Amino acid sequence: MSAAGRALAIVLLALAGTALADEIKPGSAFLSPQMQRQQEDEARNPGWLWVEQGEELFDRRDGTTPACLSCHADPRQSLRGAAARYPQVDAASGKLINLEGRIEQCRVDRQKQPAFGYESQELLGLTAYVASLSKGVPLSVSAEGAAKPFYEAGKAFYQRRQGQLNLACTQCHDRLVGQKLRGDTISYGIGTGYPAYRLEWNGLGSLHRRLRACSLGVRARQFDYGSDDYLALELYLAVRAKGLALEAPGLRR
Amino acid sequence: MRLAAIRTAPVVLALASAPAAALEAYTVVGDAIPAPLGGKVGDIERGRALVLDRTQGNCLICHHVPEPNEPFQGTIGPDLAGVGARLEAGQLRLRLVDASLLNPQTVMPPYFRNQGLRDVAPAFRDRPALTAQEIEDVVTYLASLRTP
Repeated sequence: MSAAGRALAIVLLALAGTALADEIKPGSAFLSPQMQRQQEDEARNPGWLWVEQGEELFDRRDGTTPACLSCHADPRQSLRGAAARYPQVDAASGKLINLEGRIEQCRVDRQKQPAFGYESQELLGLTAYVASLSKGVPLSVSAEGAAKPFYEAGKAFYQRRQGQLNLACTQCHDRLVGQKLRGDTISYGIGTGYPAYRLEWNGLGSLHRRLRACSLGVRARQFDYGSDDYLALELYLAVRAKGLALEAPGLRR
Repeated sequence: MRLAAIRTAPVVLALASAPAAALEAYTVVGDAIPAPLGGKVGDIERGRALVLDRTQGNCLICHHVPEPNEPFQGTIGPDLAGVGARLEAGQLRLRLVDASLLNPQTVMPPYFRNQGLRDVAPAFRDRPALTAQEIEDVVTYLASLRTP
């Protein structure tokens, strides 16, 4: 191939890459129209029960402990968009934390209370509430600077084969989107609806719970809730979904 | 290129380094494993059950098979209706054992392999997804699907 030909090929590849990125759709795009409407209806999306419980916890004082509201006054304004910036690197510790991690950090360090624990109803409620305050806000997570090594780790996780079935995330969620796995349609693997109410769970669950289900599906090791592996993957997925609107609490099959 | 290499030099995967569960050895010839694994004889009905069982082969998650009572079938792999007329038993065997020997990018999982895998769940570690007998059962069933 001539130099000009190679240059043209590179430009065409770059354009193809851009087109692909633009086409990425959230999980709700793969729901039936009925379920899409149900997700958007606060009275019919069960996830809003957790949001309400989270709002109660947010406003509640335990003894002398300051409430979340004591620092985050007028959360509909002050916390709007906050969830769209997670996961992010915690400046003090240098570690990557997600929204759940930030809420637990506030609980332990500032409220001096024992951590709720990942996947507890309290933490799910608070996470759903804080995420709901950013509903419609475009995801805007950094992969640069201190976040770069975490992003690279998440990307490597996404691209490597794992488990007895020897599959990588990218094989299905980039190359087979729209195809059927039994009765389910393969999506892009976008986490903007989490925490989400999943019919299969009959309850609200975190993104890491969903990732654990994926790991089980390929017969791979299920990493712990809040593990470095899933946090890095969450960051990669969030950067990949840049610009998509948050839609938590989502409704999923 | 990899296929050509396999064709010109039959590869014996003895898996001699496997610590506990060494799998039955097999010889690849071209794009096939001509001999039944461990000399086992397959059974059509057991093979059909393995193909349909969601905890075993779970083939319908990706493939269509001619089973009118199975409403939810995958669209990822080739339609298995008539696969017995398109492929010889040895070709079916290789594609089940480890399709990545033919296509390194394949999305088809290896069903008879316990090495070179990463982060396998404890319950599945060191053992293949299907045993030699089960592979032969599935090969026999698939070979019987001769109507496209």
